[in-house]
Amino acid sequence: MDERIFRAIQSRREFFRSTAGGIGTMALANLLQQEGRAGQLGNPLAPRKPHFAPKAKNIIFLFMEGGPSQLDLFDPKPELSKWDGKPLPESLTKNLQLAFIKPTAAVLASRREFKPRGQSGMEISDYLPHLATVADDITLVRSMHTDAFNHHPGQLLLFSGSTQVGRPSLGSWVVYGLGSESQNLPGFVVLSSGAGTSGGASNYGSGFLPSSYSGTTFRSSGDPILYLSNPQGVSKDTQRATLDVLKDLNEEHEAKTGDLEIASRINSYELAFRMQMSSPELLDFSKESKETLDSYGITNDTTKTFGTNCLLARRLVERGVRCVMLMHASWDDHSDINRKLKKNCDATDQGAAALVKDLKQRGLLEDTLVVWGGEFGRTPMCEVRNPSDIYSAGRDHHPVAYSMWMAGGGLKKGAVIGKTDDLCFHIEEDPIHVHDLQATLLHCLGFDHTRLTYNYMGRDFRLTDVEGKVVKKLLG
Amino acid sequence: MRLRIALFFCLAGRMAASVDFATEIKPLLDQRCIACHGEKIHLSGLRFDDKDSAARVIVPGKPAESKILAKVKGESGGVMPPAGPKLTADQIAKLTKWIEEGAVWPSSASRPRHWAWEAAKRTAPPVISKTDWPANEIDRFVLARLEKEKVVPSPDADKRTLLRRVSLDLTGLPPTPAETAAFLADTSSSAYEKVVDRLLGSQHYGEKWARYWLDLAHYADSDGYEKDLVRDWAWRYRDWVISAYNRDLPYDQFITEQIAGDELPNATVDQRIATGFYRNTLTNREAGVDRKEARFEQLIDRTATTGTVFLGLTVRCAQCHDHKYDPISQKDFYRIEAYFHGSDEVNIDAPLPGELGPYLRSKPEYEKKRAALLAEYNIAALQAKWEDIIRGAMTKPGVDLDWDFQVTEIRAGVDHAERVLFTEPAKRLPKDALRIQNRFLRNAGPLFKGDKPAADKFKEFQTKLAEVEKLQVPVAEAPVMEDRPENGPAYIALRGDYKAVGASVEPGAPSFLPAANVPMPRRLDFAKWLLREDNPLTARVAVNRLWQELFGRGIVSTSEDFGTQGDKPSHPELLDWLATEYRRVGWSQKAMLKEIVMSRTYRQSSATRKDLETKDPENILLARQGRLRLPAELLRDEALTVSGLLDEDIGGRSIKPFQPAGVAELGYSVKKWVESPGRDKYRRGLYIHYQRTTPYPFLVNFDVSDSTLACTRRRVSNTPLQAMNLLNDPVFFEAAQALAYRTEAAPLFADRLQAAFTLALNRVPTEKETARLAKYYDQQAGISAREPGGVPAWVAVCRVILNLDEFITRE
Repeated sequence: MDERIFRAIQSRREFFRSTAGGIGTMALANLLQQEGRAGQLGNPLAPRKPHFAPKAKNIIFLFMEGGPSQLDLFDPKPELSKWDGKPLPESLTKNLQLAFIKPTAAVLASRREFKPRGQSGMEISDYLPHLATVADDITLVRSMHTDAFNHHPGQLLLFSGSTQVGRPSLGSWVVYGLGSESQNLPGFVVLSSGAGTSGGASNYGSGFLPSSYSGTTFRSSGDPILYLSNPQGVSKDTQRATLDVLKDLNEEHEAKTGDLEIASRINSYELAFRMQMSSPELLDFSKESKETLDSYGITNDTTKTFGTNCLLARRLVERGVRCVMLMHASWDDHSDINRKLKKNCDATDQGAAALVKDLKQRGLLEDTLVVWGGEFGRTPMCEVRNPSDIYSAGRDHHPVAYSMWMAGGGLKKGAVIGKTDDLCFHIEEDPIHVHDLQATLLHCLGFDHTRLTYNYMGRDFRLTDVEGKVVKKLLG
Repeated sequence: MRLRIALFFCLAGRMAASVDFATEIKPLLDQRCIACHGEKIHLSGLRFDDKDSAARVIVPGKPAESKILAKVKGESGGVMPPAGPKLTADQIAKLTKWIEEGAVWPSSASRPRHWAWEAAKRTAPPVISKTDWPANEIDRFVLARLEKEKVVPSPDADKRTLLRRVSLDLTGLPPTPAETAAFLADTSSSAYEKVVDRLLGSQHYGEKWARYWLDLAHYADSDGYEKDLVRDWAWRYRDWVISAYNRDLPYDQFITEQIAGDELPNATVDQRIATGFYRNTLTNREAGVDRKEARFEQLIDRTATTGTVFLGLTVRCAQCHDHKYDPISQKDFYRIEAYFHGSDEVNIDAPLPGELGPYLRSKPEYEKKRAALLAEYNIAALQAKWEDIIRGAMTKPGVDLDWDFQVTEIRAGVDHAERVLFTEPAKRLPKDALRIQNRFLRNAGPLFKGDKPAADKFKEFQTKLAEVEKLQVPVAEAPVMEDRPENGPAYIALRGDYKAVGASVEPGAPSFLPAANVPMPRRLDFAKWLLREDNPLTARVAVNRLWQELFGRGIVSTSEDFGTQGDKPSHPELLDWLATEYRRVGWSQKAMLKEIVMSRTYRQSSATRKDLETKDPENILLARQGRLRLPAELLRDEALTVSGLLDEDIGGRSIKPFQPAGVAELGYSVKKWVESPGRDKYRRGLYIHYQRTTPYPFLVNFDVSDSTLACTRRRVSNTPLQAMNLLNDPVFFEAAQALAYRTEAAPLFADRLQAAFTLALNRVPTEKETARLAKYYDQQAGISAREPGGVPAWVAVCRVILNLDEFITRE
């Protein structure tokens, strides 16, 4: 038995002792015996071992919904200015299907300034000054590609490996594979800046996996988790007394019916109570230093919402939450791209960079993957919705080539992977499909993506469908 | 290391009896090997469905020379199978022993066809020894198996438990104290049967069984995908299902109307509404979506739904290639798909009772005034001009972005806009013509750009039109399917890609099933084929689901898959008996359910027994009933019923109970969730508005099906979010308060507790329970005295009762 399993079992023993107290040794033995049975009975969130020694044990996905423009943020194309205002050659755009514009639309050269950053000299746009300060900690991928050119299918492909609804999301697969190390919080938490996304719950749903693996949304207003607060008039003492009497009566009934499921029910109520008790501590930033709060931009109105979520993401990971998805919508800049992009960058750049720094400083980055990106990129061609407005220039969806950055958990540092052509139209080197990204992230978490499967409707399903290969170049 | 493994196998070998190929080896090869080494794909030229081919890696009597063993153990570079879990030590041991014993492999000629492809055979119930136990034939099948396994059945459940069980199972609502009192007082031998008949006659019966059928239809109140528009009339289909169950519409008729109600001779509006079954498919209206692909996906879903719901087959596996395990070819798949290729979605006028008179009375004047107004402003000519531009932009986009944008909007907002616009105005269906016209009248796009007088005039017209529109009394609609022969022949989509057009196909049944060669061009023919006596699947699949609803597990536990990858029936003869019985009773679901709930098998206690814990933990043998967590909707119904809050109205539009702010906003199309007024919010759970991208959180917490695919069985989870939901959701807290209010009259605590227990659990509390709750009551009274505004002690007690595992469980 390796230390990890040993510890897992110990902590579960402890868990049972401290929570259910009176659960008979038989029930305990039974639960231990089911270790590895993917929670058909017992606790589906019990920690489990991956296929091989992992580099990372947590993942934070900063989902930039709508498709941020790689041309204006990550992938400088000086050549493009030669084409500015002119259509691209037909040889490039043949058979291209776009959501809104015609392939013959005129080119829009980026108005952004790029500079080499850090030791590595990674070129990053002037709209992302904070990210520029962590250039040596991240890996920039300029050769992402996907199959879908519309938001919802694109998001589904990114998070569930299929353009169809109904498959489990990345976070669900991870928690299904690894369980959760938190005794007080859900294994997979979703944070939103407020605006909704095309995919809605399907981006973090558990599909055909048990619902215990779906993402729990922390809300930006009201209760952070639905129904976390007691009803009015129910104090903490009442709630505790209520759980005590429920436990006694349920145990009584368990003795009568012999149904072990009742033990799980008691367990769930206790976990709910611990979630209630620990959430205020989780959300209480008063023990964070002023420097920390400032670094995340929590003291500034523009950066506050996203920064708060970034800090919360760190605190969640610190407390054993396996997977955090942080959504920011929307980067779908069909028009007015320079202004809108600036607004999004101003709101998110500081928090995202602070997260990387903070995780690193606390030694958490080593076993936490941080991924920043959207469902696709944007076209080098210009989309004009209202020709009479000079600000109206935007870009259409571009699934063929786009950028993402990632950090931590076994990935390279300060590296740029992949290359696009001079027009940022096609990939020239190291294409990475979203299925490859999924395979690689699972690899960092200790999984062979072809073996993390679930049998449903007569066949084994996996996150990467029937595709995906681990991108060795991404690994540190 | 090698020695240790050898020793292990040696020991394992000594312990096990000899290995049987048919039951122990073949299923293993079928499940784990033949996907890549089988009839259709044989990687490395190796096949495990063929003795001779397999001989390359299986050497009879010589495990050490049999390469298959090295591969499954991962000893010769890479482990087989490459996907999914490794073979277990037990499986490897069996394989080794089988090879040691000479790898006996009976010739393929003797291999029987998969059981589910053979017609159901009715056999006489078996002879049993405990002859005083069975109440009917069902019990004799169950008991025969129990006796074979040397297990005794459980005693009958006590009357109170049984009444609660059968009430929840048949109507989805718990018994009232009066019903309990009557049942307890009735000592006649027919007391239980009278209850069953009463429940089957209840209007709530239809609601309970409709909820289950809606999972199969994957019903929802919105489109799904990004836009997720609300489907205003989806509920018409739901109402049809409720009414069909309450009328006990025989299952043959029930499915015929849903598959092909529009094709029936002189089809009634009601029969057409039944085809709304296929209108629960998702619709992707995202701007810029590939419309051909979106429609193709809908056809695929309809085909897959047909396979799952009526045949218990995972036909979708054959969308891209021949099915890897079942004999369903890709062509078979597209033959079923062809039925839907030749049909389309349409909304019809389907007036509700009382609507038609006022509608017809208002119509002449309204139409006259509208026509006059349109003529006055020369709308016909303007619309023709507008349509010309739109058609132009549809054919040749990129010329004018403003018009391109209009096209996108029209495509997303007007059903089948393209088809209608390219049909001559005179040949358009009146409804289609009106939809397009209304779109134009509402928003002419940049038609009047640069011409202010014309734009003003149009605005003036729009104002007047709004006045005229008020004259029309609206009439309800219903989403249905109808034939569309002009769609042309269906084709095989190569690799499942709609763009890769393969050979064309005629509609028809899967080739490996009986009478597949008979021409059956219409959906109605397909329905008739499903109902043929020699169809081996339809009746079995249907009765199996009824069984599953009453025991928590089907006789075939994989109720969605009767193919070779599905589980084998636990009681094959019983399944066949039930299947033939269904036909014999004229496909009456009520008659079928009555037979099952009258059995002693059904009436057993659900308590676990020591001897069963090891022998049959999953209760496959049925030596007891199951303890089943209530499905989400029924759990809510129960809380509202026992607290006296439930509004018992049946049917109608979907409702919106309280939902915390911020839930609906997580979707893309932010629609404010406006709580239903009055008593509507206390209606049953199956009426809760289902918004696909942001479903009602309580339903999700309690495992509602996600409404994207046909769902034959929900999973049952047990999570802390459920606990918080029941403890803290204002809906449930209100129920606790109402239960307290309803039971607080009695002066004595014990009497009050008895009243609350009887309502909620249909039993009286034990002394121990009373003592414990009394202690809690005092404790809470103390807390309330200390904390002003604290929850009253009696409400707190009621809240405890509504959170008991027993309360949320049907025992």
